[in-house]
Amino acid sequence: MSGPGSSGHDSGGRSGPGMGPGSGASAPRPGGFSGPGGRRGRMGGGFGPPGHGMMIPAEKPRHFRRTLRRLLGELGPERPKIVLVMAVALISTAGTVFGPKILGTGINKLMDGLIGKELGRFLPAGTTHQQAVTLLQQSHNPLADLVAGTNAVPGVGVDFGALGMVLLGLTALYLTATFFTWVAWYTMAGVSQRTVYRLRRDVDLKLARLPLKYFDTHPRGDTLSRVTNDIDNIANTLQQSLTQMITSVATIIGVLAMMFWISPMLAAISLLVLPIAAGLTVLIARRSQKQFGAQWERTGVLNGQVEESHTGHMIVKSFGHQEDAIRRFDEENERVYDASFRAQFISGIIQPTMNFVSNLNYVAIGVLGGIQVASGTMSLGDVQAFIQYSRSFTMPITQTASIANLLQSTMASAERVFELLDEAEEIPDVDQPEVLVNAQGHVGLEGVGFRYAPETPLIDDLNADIRSGEVLAIVGPTGAGKTTVVNLLMRFYEIDAGAIKVDGIDTRHLTRDNLRRTFGMVLQDTWLFGGTIRENIAYGREDATEEEIVAAAKAAHVDHFVRTMPEGYDTVIDDDASNLSQGEKQLLTIARAFLANPQILILDEATSSVDTRTEVLVQQAMARLMKGRTAFVIAHRLSTIRHADEILVMDHGKIVEQGSHDELIARHGFYYDLYNSQFEEAIAEAV
Amino acid sequence: MPIGNLAAFLQYVMLILFSVMMAALIFIMVPRAAAAAERIQQVLDTEATLCDPDEPAEISDPHGVVEFRDVEFRYPGAQDAVLCNISFTARPGQTTAVVGSTGSGKTTLVNLIPRFYDVTSGSVSIDGVDVRQMRQEDLWQLIGVVPQKAFLFSGTVASNLRYGDESATDEALWHALETAQATDFVTEMTDGLGGEIDQGGTNVSGGQRQRLAIARAIVKKPKVYVFDDSFSALDFKTDQQLRAALRKETHDATVIIVAQRVGTIMHADQIVVLDSGEIVGKGTHEQLMETCETYREIVYSQLSREEVA
Repeated sequence: MSGPGSSGHDSGGRSGPGMGPGSGASAPRPGGFSGPGGRRGRMGGGFGPPGHGMMIPAEKPRHFRRTLRRLLGELGPERPKIVLVMAVALISTAGTVFGPKILGTGINKLMDGLIGKELGRFLPAGTTHQQAVTLLQQSHNPLADLVAGTNAVPGVGVDFGALGMVLLGLTALYLTATFFTWVAWYTMAGVSQRTVYRLRRDVDLKLARLPLKYFDTHPRGDTLSRVTNDIDNIANTLQQSLTQMITSVATIIGVLAMMFWISPMLAAISLLVLPIAAGLTVLIARRSQKQFGAQWERTGVLNGQVEESHTGHMIVKSFGHQEDAIRRFDEENERVYDASFRAQFISGIIQPTMNFVSNLNYVAIGVLGGIQVASGTMSLGDVQAFIQYSRSFTMPITQTASIANLLQSTMASAERVFELLDEAEEIPDVDQPEVLVNAQGHVGLEGVGFRYAPETPLIDDLNADIRSGEVLAIVGPTGAGKTTVVNLLMRFYEIDAGAIKVDGIDTRHLTRDNLRRTFGMVLQDTWLFGGTIRENIAYGREDATEEEIVAAAKAAHVDHFVRTMPEGYDTVIDDDASNLSQGEKQLLTIARAFLANPQILILDEATSSVDTRTEVLVQQAMARLMKGRTAFVIAHRLSTIRHADEILVMDHGKIVEQGSHDELIARHGFYYDLYNSQFEEAIAEAV
Repeated sequence: MPIGNLAAFLQYVMLILFSVMMAALIFIMVPRAAAAAERIQQVLDTEATLCDPDEPAEISDPHGVVEFRDVEFRYPGAQDAVLCNISFTARPGQTTAVVGSTGSGKTTLVNLIPRFYDVTSGSVSIDGVDVRQMRQEDLWQLIGVVPQKAFLFSGTVASNLRYGDESATDEALWHALETAQATDFVTEMTDGLGGEIDQGGTNVSGGQRQRLAIARAIVKKPKVYVFDDSFSALDFKTDQQLRAALRKETHDATVIIVAQRVGTIMHADQIVVLDSGEIVGKGTHEQLMETCETYREIVYSQLSREEVA
C-alpha cells in the first residue's frame, strides 16, 4: 500500500502518506450517516432520535476564545451595521419591557373609575379623593387603605378618554417594537449572509491554492462538509443567535429593572425562585444529558449497522448471516429504545417541574401582591404588570442557555473552517515566470529526489532524458505508486531535490498554469463536468471552432458515437456522466487532448472496466494521439512497453529499475520477472 | 365585571395564544410525519417475492453440480429479457468461466445461483435440486460468493474472515489469506489478523479488499465458488499466483468465474461466452478460438495479434 493514489488507477483506497486508518478522527464521516462522534442532528439520513434542541450535546471547539475572536474579526467590515442592529434591538426590547407597565396604568385608570363609581353611591358628588379617603378612615372602613392607593374620585366613573389614550399609546409602542424587531432581523440577515458569502469565497479561493497533498490526505467528504455544513451552521448562528442574544440579555436586564422598580420585595421573591428552578433543572438535565449522550451514541451505532448490512446485503445473505444481522439490529435497537426512553422521560420531567416552580412563584406574587393592594401600598395595575414580567422572565433565560450551547457547536464549525483556511498552500508561482510556448517536448529529469513522508525515501537521484517524440513507460505491479511520477511532472507535488526541465526550463520557473497547459493528460479516472459534449471536448481550449472540435472527436473515434446521441454534440452530460460508459468517457477525454494539442502527454493505459470493442477504439485513438508527441505512459500493454524509449520500473512506491526493454530483460531483475509473469505466459498460452 | 375576572381573563388569553401556537406547530409537523409514515409503510407493505418453499428439499451429500436449464430472466416490467436460453452445467473440480462484454448479463447470470433473483422460466439447480426448492439458508451454505464490489464489514480482518465460519481457527484464516495472496499486507498491518477494518473497508486498497473478500469465501469452504469479476483490481502477477493457489484449494469444488481479462479465464475447463444475454459459445479456450467469433474478438482486443501469434 503505497503512493498517494489521488488519481491513480491502481489504489482504490485513498491511502496517502500520513493517513492511516482513522486519522480523520475529528472529522465526520462523509455522507449522510452520522456515526458516533460525528456531528449529529444537522445531517440527514438514518434514524434521528427526536430531541430537544438544547439537549443535543454540543461539539466543543478546542480554542473557544481564539475562534470567537477570529469570527468576530470576520464580522469587522459589518461593524456599523452590527451597532445599528444592537441599537434597534435595544429599542424594540425597551418596547416590550415597558408594555406591561403601561398596561398597568391602564388597569389603574379602570380601577379608579370603578371604585369612584362605588364611592359615588354613598358620598355626595364633588367630594375630592382626599376627602373620601379621610372619611373612610374616620369610619374605620377596611377599604380605606385600598382607596388611598388609587386615584379614585367619588362619583367619577371610568375615564374612557384617558384609558383610550393609554391603550392607543400601548398599541403604538408595540407597533414600534415590532417594526424595530423587523429592522434588526433584516439588517442582521444582510450582515450574516454577507459575512458567510465572504467566508465561502475565501474558502473557494483557498481550495484552488491548496496542494494536491491536502486532498490526498483529507477525505473528500470532510472538506465538503467544511465548505457546506459548517459554513451553513455559522450562517444560521450569526443570523439567529446574535440577534436573539442581544434581545434576550436586554430583556432580562430590562425586566429585572422594571420588577425592582415596581416592587423590590416581590422582585426579590421572584429572584429567589430562580436558583431553585435552575438547581432543579441542572439536577435533572445532568441525568438526562447522560442519557441523551447514550441515545446519540447508540443511534450512531445503529445507523452504522443499518448502513453496513444494507450496502453489504448480498454478502450478509450469501454467508447466511441474515438471522445474525437481524439479531444484532434488535439488540442495538433495544439499546436505543432504552436510552431514548430514559432520556425523554427524564427530560420530560423538566417542563412540568419548571411550570410548578413558576406557578408557586405566581401564587406567592398573587398573595403578597393582593395584600399590598389591599393595604394600598401597591396598585392593582402594578401587580398585573409584575405578574406579566415574572412570566416573561424565564423565556429569555432558557433562550440564552440554548444559545450558549449553540455557540459552542458554531465555534467548532468556525474552527474547522478556519483550520481549512490556515492549511499550508502550495508554493506560489515565481514572481517573474519564464514562459513556455510551442514547447518542443524535451523533458529532462535531473537528479530528482522525492518522498511523501520525510522518513521514507521514494525516489532518489532519478535521471532521465526524454527527447521530443520519445516515449517513457512506467510499469509496475498494482499499487506500486506509478502516479507519483505523474504528480511530480505536473507539479502536483514539489520535488525535494534535483530539477525537472521542459525544453531546458526548470518547471519551477514556469507558472503552474503554463506548465499544465503544456501537458495533456488522459487518465483512467476520466473527469467530465455537467455540460454539453461540445463544452467537454473544448475544455482544453476554449476558443476552438466547431470544425476543430469535430476533427478532434473524429481523431478520437468518438464522432460517430456522439452523432448517435439524441442531441449530438449538444447532448448534456450529467455531473457523474452516468449516461456514458467508461470507454466512451475515456474517448471523450482523448478528444479533449487532441483538441488541446499539447506537445507532451501523460497517458494511463489501464482500461479495466471497458468492454472489448470500445477498448480497441481507445487503444487506436491513444496510439494516434501519441504520434509525434513526447509521452509518459502508465503502461499496461506489451506493445507500448516494448517500443518505449525508456522504462521506469516501480515497486512499493520506488523506482527499482530503469532502462530500455532489452537492457532490462538482459538484467534478469524485477522487470524480467514482471514481464515474464505478465506477458510471456499469456502469449504462450494464447497461441 | 369584577377586576379579578379581568386578571384571570388576561391569563386565559395568554394560555389560549400559547395553545394556538402549539397547535399551529403540530399542523406543520403532522403532514411531515404523515409523509414519512407513508414511505415507511411502503417498505413494510412490500411483499417478499423470494420465499422459502413449504416443504424444502434437502441435499444430503452435496457435490455442487450447478446446472442452468433453459434459463430466461427479465426484470419485472422490462420488455427484453436480460438472459435467455441459458443452458450449461458447472461441475465439481472444474472451473467454469463466463465472459462477455459489459452489459451482456454476466453478473445477472451468477446472481441467479444464490437466488438473489428468481428465474422467469427454466431452472437453476444444484445437484439436481432446483434452487427454489431449497431453504435459502441451506442454499447459501453451499455457495461462496465474491461479488464485483468487494465489501468488508467494520471490525477486524479476523472478524471479516470468520464471517463464513465463526469457528475457523487462526491457522485456517492464515491459510486462506495465503491462498488469496493477502498474507503480505495483513502481516504488515500493525495488528495482523486483529487489524482494524473501517466501515466499507475504506482503509485498505481496492485490490486488498478483493483479496480479503476472496479469503473470506475460502474460509467458508463452500461447494460452489462464485467469483464475479473478483480479480479486476489485481495486477496480472498477483492474479496469476492467486488463481494457481486457488486451484489447489478448490480442487473438489465447483468454481464459477466471471471476468473481463482473457488471462484470467483462459485455463478454465469450460468457458461460456455471453453476448446480449445469450450464449454464443461454450467450450475450452482452444475450441472457442476456432469456433467462436465473439470470443476471438475479445481475445484479440486484449492481446494484439502479434502477441497471440
